[in-house]
Amino acid sequence: MASASLTLTPPTHLARWRVQLSTLLYRRSTLTLFLLLAPPLLWFGVIYLGSLLALLAQAFYTFDDFTMAVSPELTLDNFRAIADPSNPLFGANIDIVLRTLGMASAVTLASALLAFPIAYYMARYVHGRWKGVWYIAVMLPMWASYIVKAYSWTVILAKGGIVYWLIGALGLNGVLEAILALPVIGGSSLSTSNLGRFLVFTYIWLPFMILPTQAALERVPPSLLQASSDLGATPAQTFRTVLLPLAFPGVVAGSIFTFSLTLGDYIIPTLVGPSGYFIGNMVYTMQGSIGNIPMAAAFTVVPIVIITVYLALAKRLGAFDAL
Amino acid sequence: MTLAVEFSQISRHYDAVRAVDNVSLAIADGEFFSMLGPSGSGKTTCLRLIAGFEQPSAGSLRIHGQEAAGVPPYLRDVNTVFQDYALFPHMSVLDNVAYGLMVKGVAKSTRLARAEQMLAMVKLADYGMRKPAALSGGQRQRVALARALINQPRVLLLDEPLGALDLKLREAMQSELKALQKQLGITFIYVTHDQGEALSMSDRVAVFNKGRIEQVDSPQQLYTQPRTAFVADFVGGANVLPAALAETLTGRAQACAIRPEQIYFLSEHGAGLQLPGQVLDIQYHGAVSRFEVEVAGGQRLAVAVPNGQTLAQYRPEPGSAVRLAWAPEAMVWLSEQG
Repeated sequence: MASASLTLTPPTHLARWRVQLSTLLYRRSTLTLFLLLAPPLLWFGVIYLGSLLALLAQAFYTFDDFTMAVSPELTLDNFRAIADPSNPLFGANIDIVLRTLGMASAVTLASALLAFPIAYYMARYVHGRWKGVWYIAVMLPMWASYIVKAYSWTVILAKGGIVYWLIGALGLNGVLEAILALPVIGGSSLSTSNLGRFLVFTYIWLPFMILPTQAALERVPPSLLQASSDLGATPAQTFRTVLLPLAFPGVVAGSIFTFSLTLGDYIIPTLVGPSGYFIGNMVYTMQGSIGNIPMAAAFTVVPIVIITVYLALAKRLGAFDAL
Repeated sequence: MTLAVEFSQISRHYDAVRAVDNVSLAIADGEFFSMLGPSGSGKTTCLRLIAGFEQPSAGSLRIHGQEAAGVPPYLRDVNTVFQDYALFPHMSVLDNVAYGLMVKGVAKSTRLARAEQMLAMVKLADYGMRKPAALSGGQRQRVALARALINQPRVLLLDEPLGALDLKLREAMQSELKALQKQLGITFIYVTHDQGEALSMSDRVAVFNKGRIEQVDSPQQLYTQPRTAFVADFVGGANVLPAALAETLTGRAQACAIRPEQIYFLSEHGAGLQLPGQVLDIQYHGAVSRFEVEVAGGQRLAVAVPNGQTLAQYRPEPGSAVRLAWAPEAMVWLSEQG
């Protein structure tokens, strides 16, 4: 057959339809992209966001306290109970929100402070095989069941537990008693104090702060730090004006994890620390024991709003300028 | 002569690797000094030693007469233009340039005004508000230069600053850098692996090989009077005749260098030193063609013949037997075989 075009030799080791399919996908790159993206977008859009939106929509449904029935009559009552000071339920609800928010902030701050030096060391000083060892060491606690870890902390922190034993052996009983006598963070024992709860939360979520911080620090070229020093900046100035701004998006990413995971948790508040609900306990009780799905849904809006405000603030502070 | 930088028997070892091996060097104040060598030859490590990013394992390093060992980079009166420019991506171009003044606590209005001046000097006056990512490679290079010069250092270190630019831009920047150095009157220490760049810009060039300095000389001396086989080859692209071959030709058992353009083909018998050989390959380089000729003992010599000459010249075909000839004074005797 006479042809003016290039003579192509199709690969003989492949079936004809496979060559034709490959050629079609190669020529129609938009089609290829569509085929690749359709399944994850369906999953993400319908199952992931769709169910979340369905949940949020139910926050506007009406719950009848007497019949315990949910009816699709739209109302703002659930949000009034959380956000309207004149509502009789406002006081108790805002306590729950503030309690959760305070703990999430403290855990996030402590995680960031603990994670940064570790992440910096991993990013700058650890190479080759030792890097793998460090990754495993950081993630190892996440391989164990979350419930087991939470329960074992109740034993660790209980009177007669290993922490009490260690503090006694070091002769620091007086110090611990003085700390537990403090308002807010104190309590009758470590396992029933806010301090104990804070320790467990920080333990559980720390890896989620270390890994994004480490990834962000790894992306900062060493030459930038050298350039800063070369131009006359002391190590402290280099940290403040170059390293921290460039690593900050990673810290913010980590803080979203530690912050939102603490905001949503209901198991650790049940096992460790004083009485009093967290947002997660409230949601669990509302939808589980009472069946008040609308109120539970309204409460799930709270962390979403808080994180949104937090990100807006972070953006305004320039946290994402280096992205 | 006041010295800007003085190396006395400096070594820098990484475990068993001797990146810099017993280097002594004196760079005069106001000199355009190049460190030339292949990658891994120790030239960049020497630059980093001056900047203070590395500390010598042994030896003494003086900057303007002051011992520099143990002095951190931020206390040294030298500034660096980095190979990757190292511009701060989260700051505007203006803030990048003003950085050196900012960390010294200079008032904002003063430092921004100075930064504007520096940007004007590198012909980027209207680019201050942009982020470095919005600049081309050549523009980033100029910003890096302005930033390094705002502290008015007495020594400017340049680490292959033109390596990422295309040929045309590189040539333009070479003459600009040279002019800038003359205008400022400060010491430029320039690291490069491009011998053309080193030769065209420098007052003096140090040729590095395997952590040591092979030769320090003016560009012309380096090109015409290489002392070692390495310098002859790396700087001039010269042929190196081993001692044995030189002995059969001249009776002197010492390696020597002959530049390709100083060898010519003899069509018939002629005067001077002669060597029979066979043409293996011819490469066209525009202005010249390089003939690769195999002579006795499998030694290969390069012969450069100008193209487009009006005078008819003997141009052998690949595979043809030829006789090579050169003037005896074209041979440069080398002190050691590299």
